[in-house]
Amino acid sequence: MKKPIIAAFVSFSIFCLSTAALAAAPIKIGALFSVTGPASFLGEPERNSAKMVVDEINKAGGVKGRKLELVAYDTTGDATKAVQLANKLIKDDHVVAIIGPSTSGETMAVIPVVEKAHVPLISCAAAIKITEPVKPWVFKTAQNDSLAVARIYEQLKKEKKTKIAILTVSDAFGSSGREQLKAEAGRYGIQIIQDDTYGPKDTDMTAQLTRIRGSHAQAVVCWGTNPGPAVVARNAKQLGLTIPLYMSHGVSSKKFIDLAGDAAEGIRLPSGKVLVADLLPKNDHQKSALVSFKRDYQRHYNAEGDHFGGHAWDAVMLLKGAIERGADTPAAIRNQLEATRNFAGIGGVFNFSARDHAGLTKDAFVLVEVKNKKWALVK
Amino acid sequence: MNETMQYIISGLATGAIYALIGLSFAIIYNSTGIINFAQGEFVMLGGVLTIFSINAFHLPTLIAVAVAVIGTTVVGVAFERFAIKPLKNATPLALIIITIGASILIRGVVMLLWGKDTQALPPFSGNEPISIAGATLLPQHMWIFGVTLLVLALNRFFFYHTITGKAMRACSFNRKAANLVGISVGRMVLLSFVISSALGSLAGVIIAPLTMTAYDVGIMLGLKGFCAAIMGGMGSGLGTVLGGLILGTLESLGAGLISSGYKDAIAFLILLLILFIRPQGLFKKGETERV
Repeated sequence: MKKPIIAAFVSFSIFCLSTAALAAAPIKIGALFSVTGPASFLGEPERNSAKMVVDEINKAGGVKGRKLELVAYDTTGDATKAVQLANKLIKDDHVVAIIGPSTSGETMAVIPVVEKAHVPLISCAAAIKITEPVKPWVFKTAQNDSLAVARIYEQLKKEKKTKIAILTVSDAFGSSGREQLKAEAGRYGIQIIQDDTYGPKDTDMTAQLTRIRGSHAQAVVCWGTNPGPAVVARNAKQLGLTIPLYMSHGVSSKKFIDLAGDAAEGIRLPSGKVLVADLLPKNDHQKSALVSFKRDYQRHYNAEGDHFGGHAWDAVMLLKGAIERGADTPAAIRNQLEATRNFAGIGGVFNFSARDHAGLTKDAFVLVEVKNKKWALVK
Repeated sequence: MNETMQYIISGLATGAIYALIGLSFAIIYNSTGIINFAQGEFVMLGGVLTIFSINAFHLPTLIAVAVAVIGTTVVGVAFERFAIKPLKNATPLALIIITIGASILIRGVVMLLWGKDTQALPPFSGNEPISIAGATLLPQHMWIFGVTLLVLALNRFFFYHTITGKAMRACSFNRKAANLVGISVGRMVLLSFVISSALGSLAGVIIAPLTMTAYDVGIMLGLKGFCAAIMGGMGSGLGTVLGGLILGTLESLGAGLISSGYKDAIAFLILLLILFIRPQGLFKKGETERV
């Protein structure tokens, strides 16, 4: 009984989309974040930021007179759950677009669903595979790993360090980093002479670092998310490793310095600009977005906004931009997203096109170094 | 050469931890015949509670450690009283599944109470590396070796030279006969949970400065401790300690000399091999099955 009524209502509402009564209805945006589970360090700030920015938009009167409504679900970092919830968002909640999921694995699982249902997805995960090759309905706001790799390699090239060792975590983030590190090395004249991995739950990496110490590498690049890299930093100090240690943007938060303690001194990593928003020059395009994001986050949650939250902030703002330009159906939003130019967000300055659904260049990253337990820009 | 030395020393340090956790597995196994899969959670509680008491009440490290060990022991006792004891006639399989349930519960509660972030504990005595035979160690590793040796000695003394310890061993050999000669099996089971949770949490405390801790560190550590106990034939003595040390060293050598990608594979391959070839453990002579 119920289904025909819903179907009738849906078809009726499609016919009535232009009437004033329905124009005032809120625009529903779906969100999938892994708020709990192993990737909660991504999902929690993302959900917080998405909620915050939707609240702020609604407080300011919504977009073109229509409020936004965020329907956010917790995927717990589970790809199967992410797929189920994506279906729920599309079929039950009738959202016009979906933000998330938080991790690359979940995103890859959800992509077939949104491609089939023709609902735009703005992923908050970083893997290059998400938008390469370009899928018509899939965008992302997290910077490609290759951009972070490029930042590190650029610096190494400048310092004429050509032989490096890499130490990557054996999960999706680490494998993606490892692939990019190997793929980009040739372009910068860099040779990877030692290629080691560690497990996401490992508690001691001295064996790998000892091997690296004996290998004549001139620098180490470690690719992982907390707490692994902090253990690597401590082990490196224990072994008296003297060559420079580079980390990935996966640990670009204050937490890393807390965990690694003294061992963090001198470690360099590519980071989104949000980490060093205060240190950026005034003429930086992203400065105003960064400062307002950090100020709002501090006010709402009494915590420091990080670049993970920034991915969700960017996603909501990109949608807002698309809706402002007149789109309110999934197809129109998709077209408007693709037409986004020069949007200065948290992750970088986005320029989407039919051939690029990631939209960022390596300028999205700055290289930072830990100095006296604080981040400093590397010139 | 230098490198091999470092692999071995690092491996021994990691192995000592596995040994401590393995011992706490064995103690419960010997008195109840069940494998307590919540053992890793006791390890996690040790670290988490220490950090909590330091941060919240500003206790000195030593007192915080005591608080954590006692707190975990209380959890262990509560677990035995509310989840194991009421099920008098349950099969070991049912009890093992209960321990898995308990581990998920403890993990969940800790996550809700203290969040999901990894936290670090300051080292007990500084961070200056010590050099031994061309390999470097941290002072914290010395603590780990020291505590392992101490626990091993106390264990030996308790189980072989005190009447309570002998009673516990009696229970493990034959519960019915032990009961007949007047040993309260129920009390021995409770005692085994007390010792085991205290030991597990102690292991958790002394590794927290090195490995850091979070609500979910117990899973992998528990599994590795289980491997060590299996290698030692589930005995509560030297066998398990050697099992842990061998496991740690092989992992480290495997990661260093062969490939770091196979580190965990090496550990679990060893576990499978032992279960296939020598299910009674590496150091035990085959004996008739305990009934």
